[in-house]
Amino acid sequence: MTDAKPGLSLLVVDTLTKDYRLPRDSLFSPPHIVHALQGVSFTLDSGRSLGIVGESGSGKSTLARLVMALETPTAGTVSLLGRDLHALPANDLRAARRDFQMVFQDPYGSLDPRQRVGRIVAEPLPAVAPKERHDRVAEALDAVGLRGTDADKYPHEFSGGQRQRIAIARALITRPKLIVADEPVSALDVSVQAQVLNLLQDLRVRFGVAYLFISHDLAVVDHVCDEVAVMQHGRIVERGTPERLFTRAEHPYTQSLIAAAPQARFQ
Amino acid sequence: MNTLLDVRDLRVRLNTARGPADALRGVSFALAKGETLGIIGESGCGKSMTALALMGLLPDGAVTSGSIRFDGDELVGADDARLCALRGRRIGMIFQEPMTALNPLHTVGTQVAEPLRHHLGMNKAEARAEALRLLERVRLPQAAQRLDAYPHQLSGGQRQRVMIAAALACGPELLIADEPTTALDVSIQREILDLIAELVSERGMGLLLISHDLGVMAHTVQRVMVMYGGTVAERGPTRAVFERLAHPYTRGLFRARPQLGLSRGRPLETIAGRVPELVDMPRGCPFADRCHRVVEACREMPPAFSVGANHEARCFNMEPAP
Repeated sequence: MTDAKPGLSLLVVDTLTKDYRLPRDSLFSPPHIVHALQGVSFTLDSGRSLGIVGESGSGKSTLARLVMALETPTAGTVSLLGRDLHALPANDLRAARRDFQMVFQDPYGSLDPRQRVGRIVAEPLPAVAPKERHDRVAEALDAVGLRGTDADKYPHEFSGGQRQRIAIARALITRPKLIVADEPVSALDVSVQAQVLNLLQDLRVRFGVAYLFISHDLAVVDHVCDEVAVMQHGRIVERGTPERLFTRAEHPYTQSLIAAAPQARFQ
Repeated sequence: MNTLLDVRDLRVRLNTARGPADALRGVSFALAKGETLGIIGESGCGKSMTALALMGLLPDGAVTSGSIRFDGDELVGADDARLCALRGRRIGMIFQEPMTALNPLHTVGTQVAEPLRHHLGMNKAEARAEALRLLERVRLPQAAQRLDAYPHQLSGGQRQRVMIAAALACGPELLIADEPTTALDVSIQREILDLIAELVSERGMGLLLISHDLGVMAHTVQRVMVMYGGTVAERGPTRAVFERLAHPYTRGLFRARPQLGLSRGRPLETIAGRVPELVDMPRGCPFADRCHRVVEACREMPPAFSVGANHEARCFNMEPAP
């Protein structure tokens, strides 16, 4: 799994490790350490979509936070477009953030209820002229199937699926190369899930954006991703195309995940 | 078969900020002892409202009409004292999020023992011993040590086991489970569903399982009802409904769901539009405005047409057999 090709891939994650220190039980005992990530490596090319599956506690969300440079790794590197994100000075990192954006699970918690949609969507934009700002917001809203006039409304005026579209518009406005999506459809109803999944696919074709797609739902990952990595205890235990992984899984953990996935079919 | 639960023409009207709205528009179903029934639907379809009506836990100001008979007793209009005597004793309930349903300030043992002391009049020592037996039955690991643990010290799956133990404490005849596995990991989901199924058949309870997850339904219940806009769109034996998908909403719901190995690369079929707010629900078939098979007649509420044995759908223009 050390197929890192610096300079060629959009995202190169190299032996990424993250330990969390828990509080000591007593003054003299050594602190407990949780090894949330234990040497994770992978690469992601432009316009591709990599799914990360695994149970809670497997390290999926820690990986997302490190790739987003929201936390610093204990060891290892995350390189986007050849730059080591965790080695960048704060100002450069802020500028680099336009290339990678995130969509969160909860479309209710991730939008500020007191701001208008236009302001929420424009937030990641650097200082630009009001005219350009307005146009970019309208363009982003249009890309996710909302109307330009929606910019003047507040989040509570939208349904869950529309709020997730707003969150995606906010991620798109900087024209990123990579979107990290952490369980982006888990909180949505089935019929709305399909609309958002189709939108994500469509945006990939139109804008060539790459996804790091984190989900516990194997069927969703199977539908959206070109490649899937299975995580357990902070390690990638198996990796492959969904065609292979979901039909001929080699690792016992992958097999158990597939066996446990509920199927709405009768064999 | 002796009927445990008989619901007829259940209607619930809620007061919303935008005026009165019908959350349930004539729901009827029956459940025999030992039978398992699933309610499928998306947010706002009335599935949780049905469960709350059964438990007498509707929000203030809700107006209920119709009939809910539990073992022959009418529950609509029953006073709180009578409902309290039923809840937790003859009707057990498991909720979606065990972290909010359990009291964070009380130990697990106390919470499982509470219905035993309240309903069955056990003393503290008896109730504690019985609580331990129940926690062992739901296979809570190290149950004896965990009697004195607090909910936050347990994992999500373990908390759901505690909820099940508390719901089963008084040996209820009906178990209502509202999205019992939605907050859990996939592999634990299966364990919890298997546990519920095992306990239901062991004790001959009736089970009303509410879920939006079609896969969960396929493996757990004998019959299903698909709800939309406060009405029952389609109902029947689980296998018959899943294979026939007669109502356009049922079929839309199945097509919209990605399935392992089936839909790769192609866009998913979606249902146009979104669930209207209760206040805006059309007068006739609630699905009419989103339906691709809508006809003029749909402006009136369709009656239930027979599709097969014990299988019916409320639709004037059903999908052809696949």
